[in-house]
Amino acid sequence: MAISSGNVISAKRSAPSFAGTAKLYWRYRYLTLLMLPSLAALVIFKYIPIYGLTIAFKEFRIKAGILDSPWVGLDIFKQVFRMPGFSAAFRNTLILGAANLLVSFPAQIALALLLNELNNARYKKLVQTFSYLPHFISWITLSGLFLQLLSPSAGPLAALAKGLGLKPYYFMGEPDTFRLVLVAANLWKGIGWGSIIFLAALAGVDQEMYEAALIDGASRFQRVIFITLPAIAPTITIMLIMRSGSVLNDNFDQVYNMTNAAVSRITNVLGVLTYDLGLKNMKYSQSTAIGLFRNLVSFSLVLATNWFSRRVNDYGIW
Amino acid sequence: MITTRADRRPRRVRKSLGEIVFDRLNEAALGLLALSMLYPFWYLLAVSLADAQRVALSKVYLWPPIISLESYKNALGTRYIYYSFGWTILRAVAGTLIALALGFNMAYVLGKKYYPNRTFWTATLVFTMFFSGGIIPEYLLIKDLGLIDSVWSLILPGAISAYNIVIMRNYLTTLPDSLEESAKLDGANDVLILYKIILPLSMPILATVGLWTAVSHWNAWFDAMIYIRTTEKQTLQLILRRVVLLGDASIIPLSGEQVTGNPQMNTETIKAATVMVATIPILLVYPFIQKYFVKGVMIGSLKG
Repeated sequence: MAISSGNVISAKRSAPSFAGTAKLYWRYRYLTLLMLPSLAALVIFKYIPIYGLTIAFKEFRIKAGILDSPWVGLDIFKQVFRMPGFSAAFRNTLILGAANLLVSFPAQIALALLLNELNNARYKKLVQTFSYLPHFISWITLSGLFLQLLSPSAGPLAALAKGLGLKPYYFMGEPDTFRLVLVAANLWKGIGWGSIIFLAALAGVDQEMYEAALIDGASRFQRVIFITLPAIAPTITIMLIMRSGSVLNDNFDQVYNMTNAAVSRITNVLGVLTYDLGLKNMKYSQSTAIGLFRNLVSFSLVLATNWFSRRVNDYGIW
Repeated sequence: MITTRADRRPRRVRKSLGEIVFDRLNEAALGLLALSMLYPFWYLLAVSLADAQRVALSKVYLWPPIISLESYKNALGTRYIYYSFGWTILRAVAGTLIALALGFNMAYVLGKKYYPNRTFWTATLVFTMFFSGGIIPEYLLIKDLGLIDSVWSLILPGAISAYNIVIMRNYLTTLPDSLEESAKLDGANDVLILYKIILPLSMPILATVGLWTAVSHWNAWFDAMIYIRTTEKQTLQLILRRVVLLGDASIIPLSGEQVTGNPQMNTETIKAATVMVATIPILLVYPFIQKYFVKGVMIGSLKG
């Protein structure tokens, strides 16, 4: 038995022949058996839809199905890019995605740094526990919440404004201020949960460096700038790479549930357009083309950021 | 949980005035942040409990002067709420168990360095984290499988989550190999090893991933909106969406007394009550399970 297993391993080390690989699968047949149902689910529910992306290059006909609909090359993409609503939706998505990233990402790092400066561990834990809460509440619930909080007739914000002698303002009724509401709500929901990963990185910083800096007379602020930040830079970079694709993520869950008729000019984002085109107007090919376009751009952004990071500071996710 | 610099800072160092001011300001700012996370839910609770006939809602910020459970009677007076609770619990429980079983098995195999083409299978999985078919191809698949209007359409598509499987794999690779080796010497096969030896040791990570999955099922709405046609089979978030966001009170029966009052204010308190009914289960269990939520992120951060 020992000899045969030695043979298998050496077969794998040299050119792995088909028969050799098959033998390995047989040798680890119980593992193969364990993984088969998961692989089946992966293929059916993830890869068949990925194959379904081909309808972005086809004139989809319901009777013919995905396989037998005729190929039309890039015609669908040309149609979509010329569509009147497309460029506005693209612009809206880009503004929202970029604003969310620029506001939320640094705020999560800042929160982690501030939490790290708290001296009382119990108080710190309490703040953390509260700050994670909104992450677990659905956008439908939160939309209902914000509608009431920001209501100009009954909400506490309106009462506060009146108390200060100001006129209550309906932030959700104007496109420009509605954008602010979207970005602020997104910040509020994600700031606590997003900070966990940075707190984990902070916990790993070498304590001796702080002690050495203390002896050298570094102030607390200097210690944060010259020790803490460089120490968690790899985590920051990796998170930034992972999220760079989100510039094209308009947070459909949030936008679709919080929007109202008065602000549709700015909430008409790519996610809403994909949904309206596909499931309301049955334009399957066009809807899929927009989705594929967005997916490709997002993925390229992740790859490009990763490449850039590898060149500049030698870490990345690949 | 997380021990950081602050917890271990030596006490002997005397702080400058600037540092003390900073500490106080920092504590105050973070306290305000924590309150901002809690207050919206508290406010909604106050509104939902207000007696809208005798109290102007614009006077309610912290606690209503006159309390009434009328709104809850209305919110809970519709059978759709009970149906949707049932379906939501079903999808959360079944969806979580299936996702855990499929994910745990795959995570275990992908954690074995000697498994053939391990890198390929891992890449195949991780690719789906960045690339997906999108709503139309997924919708067509569910339609072709005949799962429209079936609860399976809410359970199966999300059963494989690349992120969760990677986290479980990272956890499993931290367990010592010797466990497996000694069991193999006793003649146990991999299935037996996984379920008899590894599974009991994996409860922390299974709790974490299981709770994440359950919460995402509880909060899911889009899949139910496009796949479920029968109102009786609708899930909680969509009933909530209908009442709160679309203002469709037709499924909520109003008791006679309330309609004669201030109708606009009444719908506000009923909406608040409906939101509370859907959210209270999460708010109640949250303090007890939040440490499990956080654990997974820590494990995931060990290896990218």
